[in-house]
Amino acid sequence: MVFTVAHLKRGEKGIIKEFRQDVLPIKLLELGCLPGNQVELIQIAPLKDPIYINVNGSHIAIRRSVALQIELEPIAGHE
Amino acid sequence: MSKDIKVALIGNPNTGKTSVFNTLTGLKQKVGNYPGITVEKKIGLCKLSRGVKAHILDLPGTYSLNTTSLDESVAVELLLNKNAPDFPDVAVVVSDVENLKRNLLLFTQIKDLKIPSILAINMADRMDYKGISLDIPKMEKLLNTKIALLSTRKNTGIEELKTLIEKYKELPKSENLDISVIDPSYFKRLKNAFPGEDLYKLWVVITQDVNFTPLDKKDIQSQSPFEIKSGAELKRLQHKETILRYQYINGILKETYSVDRQAAKGWRAGLDKILTHKIFGYLIFFVILLTIFQAIYDWSSVPMDFIDEQFAAASEWVKNTLPPGVFTNLIAEGVVAGIGGIVIFIPQIAFLFFFIAILEESGYMSRVVFLMDRLMRPFGLSGKSVVPLISGTACAIPAVMATRNIENWKERLITILVVPFTTCSARLPVYLIIIALVIPEGRLMGLSYQALTLMSLYLLGFAASILAAKVLHQILKVRSRSFFMVEMPNYKWPLWKNVFYTVVEKTKSFVYGAGKIILAISIVLWFLGSNGFSDEFKNAEQIVTERVAQEGLSPNSQAFVSNKLEEFTATMPMNITADGSLTPSAAVQDSLSILQADLRTRVINQEIASYRLEHSFIGKMGKFIEPVVRPLGYDWKIGIAVLTSFAAREVFVGTLATIYSVGNDEEETIKNRMSAEVKADGQPLFNLASGVSLMLFYAFAMQCMSTLAIVKRETNSWKWPLLQLGFMTIIAYLTALTAYQLLS
Repeated sequence: MVFTVAHLKRGEKGIIKEFRQDVLPIKLLELGCLPGNQVELIQIAPLKDPIYINVNGSHIAIRRSVALQIELEPIAGHE
Repeated sequence: MSKDIKVALIGNPNTGKTSVFNTLTGLKQKVGNYPGITVEKKIGLCKLSRGVKAHILDLPGTYSLNTTSLDESVAVELLLNKNAPDFPDVAVVVSDVENLKRNLLLFTQIKDLKIPSILAINMADRMDYKGISLDIPKMEKLLNTKIALLSTRKNTGIEELKTLIEKYKELPKSENLDISVIDPSYFKRLKNAFPGEDLYKLWVVITQDVNFTPLDKKDIQSQSPFEIKSGAELKRLQHKETILRYQYINGILKETYSVDRQAAKGWRAGLDKILTHKIFGYLIFFVILLTIFQAIYDWSSVPMDFIDEQFAAASEWVKNTLPPGVFTNLIAEGVVAGIGGIVIFIPQIAFLFFFIAILEESGYMSRVVFLMDRLMRPFGLSGKSVVPLISGTACAIPAVMATRNIENWKERLITILVVPFTTCSARLPVYLIIIALVIPEGRLMGLSYQALTLMSLYLLGFAASILAAKVLHQILKVRSRSFFMVEMPNYKWPLWKNVFYTVVEKTKSFVYGAGKIILAISIVLWFLGSNGFSDEFKNAEQIVTERVAQEGLSPNSQAFVSNKLEEFTATMPMNITADGSLTPSAAVQDSLSILQADLRTRVINQEIASYRLEHSFIGKMGKFIEPVVRPLGYDWKIGIAVLTSFAAREVFVGTLATIYSVGNDEEETIKNRMSAEVKADGQPLFNLASGVSLMLFYAFAMQCMSTLAIVKRETNSWKWPLLQLGFMTIIAYLTALTAYQLLS
């Protein structure tokens, strides 16, 4: 199974590896959602959607469908 | 005199750009729309030293020049078109000190367009709090620009920014990056195809989703030496561009920006834990909604009553002061009453936007979107549709205006179209009087039938708006991005200055934007109701006076007079005469006959008014539409009331009062009179079937010209309000028809 932002639990972090979808919305990249940057999951709304994350200092909420496209390298423990 | 300076204010959302705009311009702002579209255009005037004036244009917030929405493309279009009248002499890029990295992305793009740019770093007051330190001189050198470090909250750095604007000619125009490195061969071909053009500008034009003048995209694609890239390839290049820019920015920030994480404080984590919690989050939101609703509903009733009284007094004053005639009536009953009908909405608009501005300013609104997005999505609505839909329960007008916060055009449009289904306060007088007439007083499990009916009507309003949204979501073909992303800004205390500006601006936009239409329609309705071509209308006074002289007062009027007299005699002091009987004193006898004469004049006037209305244009129209409304259980009198209440629903009750020739202020009398009204077959006119039919009609029909006027203003076209009027009237007619036919 591929590990993506949608698979994080509250408070967990990961490093962005690559995007599963060829072209991710440009806005996400502009906000710092780039390979190599760290993602922290802050909150998940009921029905697991949307997902509230902190990526590279940007606090944003995205829909689950997009979160499933952002593949992660899990980080063991905390920083 | 020196030339005025044109300044474009541009920046990411949530950087306090609006605060900077408000601080620079004060109340010297003009808000309008860009021609043909619904994007808001704000221009303000800022006085610099030595009489130099700066025209500040507040561009819609954007994260970059890669546009994904209409709002953003407005900003980009302006920056690309050197011939546009608003093309800026200087761009002020507003950024937030905490999110500088991300904000600089846009800054470097604007620099690369070779527009003289100032970097305004806002929220400097938070630096200590967040442990941030900056090396401004070094940053200025590396970014090749001038920087103003300011705080709109503490009012610092504004003068420095003004000075920089004044000296805009000294700003370097050079670019930050060379875009061609992301694909050298592609950019080389591009340069060959368009030798005279700036490369970066070409690139921005190519990657826009909209076409611009004078550089047309099709024109570029038709150039033969030039290989066209597919959409996906272009997007990949945009990704490369973004990465390139971040590398550049990271390099600069490493030398000039540092954060002491130890010193950083914040409530974000703690507050988020509660405010976005699965249970507490919703509870808190619910309480906030209730407060807002209560405020619009309750607090505004005092100023609204006051406005109502003042305009009634003004209308009276005009009638008494000006010589009697058509013109005086036009002023008193058409114009003054029409303006009163506009001003009456101001308290509700002001209260709603007071709260919305606080929710937006504090950062809470984004949390609401986060909580509600998934629940609203199946209906084609946004998380931000919740506040308009709930506040529609007080009044649809501020609710429609509140949809401006919804970025997605389709979601915003659907919200605007369905908001008038929610049970607004103007429906209440209609519901209350009909419920009192036709719903029995019994109780079901301790709840009265009447209260249950009222509650069902509220629920019906919500259900109708949600269902209509679902249907519109399926059938409306509106081009709009489905991509959803909300920034969750830091929590902040609202800046009261900004809250104040929002309230003022929204009120102004209603009064000037929708006011004209409301005034025009109310004058037309007044004209139709107080003019007629028939002899009956012209001689109404004479006909009614003669009838009263021959036949006496109508039975209803007689009953009214004797009721009033009885009420009076019951309260008057009595003398005990010698034989022990009670007789009123002489003084009381006198006052009794005065009262009797007064009442007689009053009922005759009421009968004249009723007769006039019956024979006016609108009365004729009411009779004309009777065949259409008869299947709903209405007669021509109700038909007239339905027509006049197009102005506003509550007018229904007043019109019935006039037509039944009873005083407007006598609610009990109106109700008694209505229940006494019979059909040709002797059955009461207002029974369960016709009552339910009327309530359903008012639940669904778009009986509110002010809402139509504001929808016209907010969608910038007549298409949507007319569509709304059409489908709502059809739904109202069909449900009322079905209900009456089933129940009767």
